[in-house]
Order: sequence, then structure tokens, then C-alpha cells
Amino acid sequence: MEAYISLFIKAVFIENLALSFFLGMCTFLAVSKKISTAMGLGIAVMVVQTLTVPANNFIYQTLLKEDALAWLGITGVDLSFLSLLSCIGMIAALVQILEMTLDKYFPALYHALGIFLPLITVNCAILAGSLFMIERDYNFNESVVYGIGSGFGWALAITVLAGVREKLKYSDIPAALQGLGITFITAGLMSLGFMAFSGIQL
Amino acid sequence: MDKETKKVLFEPLVDNNPITLQVLGVCSALAVTSQMSTSLIMALALTSVTACSSAAISAVRKHTPGSIRIIVQMIIIASLVIVVDQVLKAFAFEISKKLSVFVGLIITNCIVMGRAEAYAMKNPPLKSFIDGVGNGLGYSLILVLVAFFRETLGSGKLLGFEVLPLVQDGGWYVPNGMMLLPPSAFFIIGLIIWVFRTWKPKQVEHNEFKIMSIAHGEGGHH
Repeated sequence: MEAYISLFIKAVFIENLALSFFLGMCTFLAVSKKISTAMGLGIAVMVVQTLTVPANNFIYQTLLKEDALAWLGITGVDLSFLSLLSCIGMIAALVQILEMTLDKYFPALYHALGIFLPLITVNCAILAGSLFMIERDYNFNESVVYGIGSGFGWALAITVLAGVREKLKYSDIPAALQGLGITFITAGLMSLGFMAFSGIQL
Repeated sequence: MDKETKKVLFEPLVDNNPITLQVLGVCSALAVTSQMSTSLIMALALTSVTACSSAAISAVRKHTPGSIRIIVQMIIIASLVIVVDQVLKAFAFEISKKLSVFVGLIITNCIVMGRAEAYAMKNPPLKSFIDGVGNGLGYSLILVLVAFFRETLGSGKLLGFEVLPLVQDGGWYVPNGMMLLPPSAFFIIGLIIWVFRTWKPKQVEHNEFKIMSIAHGEGGHH
């Protein structure tokens, strides 16, 4: 149990996907104007991450890994070169299902997310979550914890940035730096702050 | 070249730049720009993938049912990225080793997917191809600019040639180590946006809340 807790903490803070690895930046910067929208997207990413990482882990461990097909009586087969393709296929399929579900049951959230919902597929945080899982060879339970943790870390980062940006509305910023420009600089400062977490051992 | 083509090709350079205005493709702009050589190859790879994938997606757009379009787009893009990856491994092995993950991450570069969704699904193949080239060039411009500042100020070199003689080699320039860390790319892109928007006041995002004392006459529409 302790191992899972420390894995969770590590995924949220020390190896935060957005602020330590700079993944999923496009949506991170574009959809962080309002806390409510940012939180909605953060939850969407967390849900997709929680579904895709274990799903990809299952496929990887039972089909693609070296000698993973032993349960079929086939040995000496290493299909891990297919992992990139299977990961992206799985993510695209799950996002499409999520999009159709949101369209039907939560139209308000569907319209708020706009073009960024299909872009969750190409959110590098999602693909990188699965690739890190493969690289570190997590087992199924660990992959569930890692999926939730990394998704939560990303959601936390975008919500914090949205909070800062909501306050920035009242500050006197040079006209040309308004909006995106100051967001880049804010995110830079936040990631400098998060670099302080690097090197912590749990 | 007719006017329409010119507009599609050159508009993404400054007027509608994918990174500074549409906020697409930022991750790799942060990660590969600590050296000029990797940035140039990355820019070339991304431009060719965007152009070819836009053309291919646009060619099949009328036969793609809306409900599976994301998967169709991903498969086209992923196949093109695998081709680019193999070509790089064959002809520029050293650089492809340095770029390692980021060539694969072109699949998840939102410029490619963003252009497919926003332009190629509605326009004929040739125009989509040119749109892809234009957006690739807009991305390349920012990448080269950021890499120029990061490599020059961070290690005193440009494409491996010495520009600023470093202190440890008997010169005068003390390298700024922060320029080699990813947060510096955030700051440089932020400053580039500042410059672009001072030059093109139309791109300025207006604040919803004006501060009274400066509200009058501010905003750049003179």
C-alpha cells in the first residue's frame, strides 16, 4: 500500500507531467482562462488518463511484451515495437467514445471544450503517460495508480494556472503582452517553482 | 502564384502563427530548442508531416464518417511519422538519436491534428497541402528564433561554431545555464509574442477589465 501512495505522490508533484516534463502544453496554455473550464478539461484529462494507462498496460502486458504471448503457447515473440501504434489507437478510440458520451449527456461541457476535446487525443500528456508506463514496466495495479496520479497532477497544474490567470485580469500588463504572452511567462515561473520538487526521494 | 495561395502560405508566418496565436505545438518547441541543429531537423520533419497529412486527410475527407474521423486522422499521421522517423534514421542518424522521442511525439503535435481538424476537413487537397506547408513554416520560424537565443546565450555556440567565446576557454562570456533548461523557452516565446504583437497590434488580446486611468486611448487601434 505504501508503495502505491508514494507512486501517487511522485506522479502528482515530483514528476508533474505539465510542469516538470512540459507535456500537454497546448491545451494547458489555451484552456486556462477560467477556473471552471480549466477544471472541466483537467477532469476530462484525468478520466482519459485513468482509462488509457491501465488499458494500454493490459494490452502491453498480455500481447506485446517480450514472451507475453506465453499464455497462448507462443514464446520468443517480441511485439513491443507495436506499442506506439497500439497506444495511440487505444487513446483515439477512447477519446472518440468520451466525445460522443459528452455530446449526448453533457452538452454544456462539450461546447465549452470545443476543438480541444479531439485535441485530447494529441495531448502529449496522455500519450506520454502510456509511454512512461511502458518504459518503467509498471504492473496493472501500479498503472492504475500512475494513471490517476499523473492525470490528477496535470489537472492540478492547469487549475492553479487558471487561478493565477483569473487574478492577472486585474493587473496592468503591457497591451502586447496581454493574454498569451504573460501566460507563457507565468507558466515559466511556475515550472521554475516545480523544479524545486526534482530530486526528492520517497 | 495567385493571391489566395499566397495568403494560405504566408499568413501562418506572422499573422496567424500556430505557436504565438493559435497556441498549437508548444511542447516540442520547449523541448528541442536547446540546440539549433535539432530544431532545424525537427522543423523540417514537422513541416513535411503537416503538409502530407493535410493533403491525405483532405483527399479522403468525403469518405470519412464523422464518428471515426479521429482514428482515421491518427492512422494517416502515425504512418507518415513512421516514414519520417525511418528516413531520419537512414540519412541523419546522429540527429535522429538526439531527437529520439520527439520525432515520435510529432504524432501528438497538435499543429498536425489542429490543421487536419480545422482546415483539411473542409478544403481540397492542394490547398490543404499549402496550408500545411505554411503552418509548418510558421512553427519553424518560432523554433529557429528560440533555438538561436537559447544556444547562443546558453552555450555560446551556434550550430556548433563558437559565437561568444566562453570564460572557461579563455574568452569573456559567462554562459547562462538557465537558457539550457526548458523554462527559458517559456520566457523566450513569451517575449517573442510581445514583439510580434507590438508589431501587429491586431493580435493584441484585450483585457475584459480595463484599469480606469489607462483605459482611455489604450489598445493600439490608432
